[in-house]
Amino acid sequence: MTDSVLFIAFPYVAVVVAVAGGVYRYFADRFSYSSMSSQFLENRMLFWGSVPFHYGIVIILLGHIMGGLFPYYSNFLIVNVFHMYTLELGGIALGLLTNFGVILLIIRRLVYPKLVPETTLMDWVILLVLLAQVLSGSYIAHFYRWGAVWYPYSPVPWLKSLAHLDPQIDFITPLPWIIRFHALNAFVIVGLIPFTRLVHIFTAPVTYIWRPLQVVIWNKKAAR
Amino acid sequence: MNIRSQVSAVFHLDKCIGCHTCSIACKNIWTGRKGTEYMWWNNVETKPGVGYPCLWEDQKKYRGGWKERNGKPELIMHNRASALANIFFNPFLPRLDDYYEPWTYRYGDLFGAAEGDDQPVARPVSAITGKEMEIEAGPNWDDDLSGSPIYAANDPNFASLNEEERKQFFALESMVFFYLPRICNHCINPGCLAACPAGAIYKRGEDGIVLVSQEKCRAWRMCITGCPYKKTYYNWSAGKSEKCIFCYPRQETGQAPACFHSCVGRIRYLGVLLYDADRIESAAGSPAGSIARKQLELILDPFDGEVIKEAKAQGIPDAVIEYAQKSPVYKFVKAWNIALPLHPEFRTLPMLFYVPSLLPVMAHAKGNLHEVGHDFFGSPDNARIPIRYFAALLSEGNEEAIRAIYRKLVAVRVYRRARTVGNIPEARVNKALDEAGTNPDEIEAIYRLTSLPSVEDRFVIPPFMREAAIEEVTDPLNKRESEGAGFTRKPKRGW
Ligand code: SF4
Ligand code: SF4
Repeated sequence: MTDSVLFIAFPYVAVVVAVAGGVYRYFADRFSYSSMSSQFLENRMLFWGSVPFHYGIVIILLGHIMGGLFPYYSNFLIVNVFHMYTLELGGIALGLLTNFGVILLIIRRLVYPKLVPETTLMDWVILLVLLAQVLSGSYIAHFYRWGAVWYPYSPVPWLKSLAHLDPQIDFITPLPWIIRFHALNAFVIVGLIPFTRLVHIFTAPVTYIWRPLQVVIWNKKAAR
Repeated sequence: MNIRSQVSAVFHLDKCIGCHTCSIACKNIWTGRKGTEYMWWNNVETKPGVGYPCLWEDQKKYRGGWKERNGKPELIMHNRASALANIFFNPFLPRLDDYYEPWTYRYGDLFGAAEGDDQPVARPVSAITGKEMEIEAGPNWDDDLSGSPIYAANDPNFASLNEEERKQFFALESMVFFYLPRICNHCINPGCLAACPAGAIYKRGEDGIVLVSQEKCRAWRMCITGCPYKKTYYNWSAGKSEKCIFCYPRQETGQAPACFHSCVGRIRYLGVLLYDADRIESAAGSPAGSIARKQLELILDPFDGEVIKEAKAQGIPDAVIEYAQKSPVYKFVKAWNIALPLHPEFRTLPMLFYVPSLLPVMAHAKGNLHEVGHDFFGSPDNARIPIRYFAALLSEGNEEAIRAIYRKLVAVRVYRRARTVGNIPEARVNKALDEAGTNPDEIEAIYRLTSLPSVEDRFVIPPFMREAAIEEVTDPLNKRESEGAGFTRKPKRGW
């Protein structure tokens, strides 16, 4: 019963909250969509925190997503010992980088008095949840080696079953508690998105690659 | 030809008395909120000096503005890919310390202090942390500090002066300074706009005012670096960038911007210019040394029949064309050629122009007497502020451009002195006029608009045609009974 709540109901709730909340916030309070950068107030430590954290987490997240979308494709990667080692080492290194970053980001908000008034309760919540996520991720990477081998065969089928609206928790419940925690905490983060600055992820400014460098807006004409 | 109209301005530096009234007028209206305390959309700097934020002109430090490559402008700070790569940390972002830590005073202590032997004091508290603080810098910390080895000596414009000229700024009796009021230039090739990854900044088509959409800004904070004048600011509390809005709500109702309206020295002129938008790129990408000239070439003659015809065909309202003909800015910049853009080498094509200051006049000692302005009227090169300094500020180092302006300004003075005091021989007057390539009519016009302008002469605010814009969208009275006049949604507080 608990398992059904945790591994079936909760993920759905989290995703629904994320989508509905995010969309609602976008249309009701677009002003609040912001990355809320604090670089202006503190610059040096932010560099060592923000850059490793973001690069680490973005690549790791992409790895999770690719592994989830193309589980069998990853077979090609793991038949070769060299590839396997590269993946494993790369994953562990990125994990450490991300840990380093998020820990610095937390310390930074504790030690710089100028950052205190700018830090909201939700900032602390999301920082701690992220810390739990990257710490547990690194723990798993270290103690349950070769994630590239097992990840596509147990957590991914569970995620897939959720996506197909045919939840099968047998894929996830037998796994060690830390892995289950990592999976659940991921959905906690998803559910928190609309209530925190994490919304900035979905407004990543990729359009800068192609947008015209000058923007002129007319009252009556579309463009000129 | 792609004709656009732009509300533009001229600041006459000779007239600025450095009173900072403009800055206060602006602050009172726009930047009193949390997170904006440190912003001065209008600020007045003492030159020579480091300015606000500290050393803003030094683009080795801040990487603002454009450079030229293959005849095209390119942002100095980033290209499209590196913009995204640097999104987690902008390596060239100025920090709060480059401006100053804003503060207020604990005034309540003056009333609430317990009785004692000493006078109570109001201690300064940081507007950011709310804690007591030591004040170490302010927005005009180098006010009047010309000659100071800390502030004036670090003025980036000194780079182009020779040793002797530099010394002159620091020697007693020849020490000199003037004021440089600055607002956003509402450029026609804005660096802030081009730098914004989210595309939140835009230029209004009808009047050229550059704005940051508060709903689209996501605090990627690239505009702050992109603007070489450091006229976009980061609201650290709201997580949004903000900038001078040229008081568009005032202008739309026929009033001059607050800083213009309150200007004590009456140094500010406002008017509309027509320019050719097709040539923006080539002007901004023109070879070093010709940028200011190319920019002035973009500005079209509103009396030219061709231009009028074309402007009408492109939908520019007749009233705007008429105001372009009355524009004092057009007179200063194009008809009389005595105003130049600030730091044209930044290539943003700023639409705020400055008349360089001629005064103060050098005093010469003769025995026990000091004679003021002895040979000054003779040659602009005797001006107390080296020509080269103004050339570094306004003309990419082109001294002849400054000299030409000086000759005209001197001619105005010589001519008017001959008319009013009468102690200058006619031949000398004619020589000054000839040298400046001007005539009595032009001189009188410059004199009138410089010394005796009324409010209507200084601020020729074009009709903003908002009624035409609004009728396209919705009638402001439509929802008067339900949501309220002018509202489309109930102005209810959100979360
Ligand atoms: S002065 Fe700066 S902020 Fe203003 S339009 Fe130009 S680049 Fe943008
Ligand atoms: S109000 Fe006018 S005179 Fe006074 S500092 Fe500002 S620009 Fe100069």
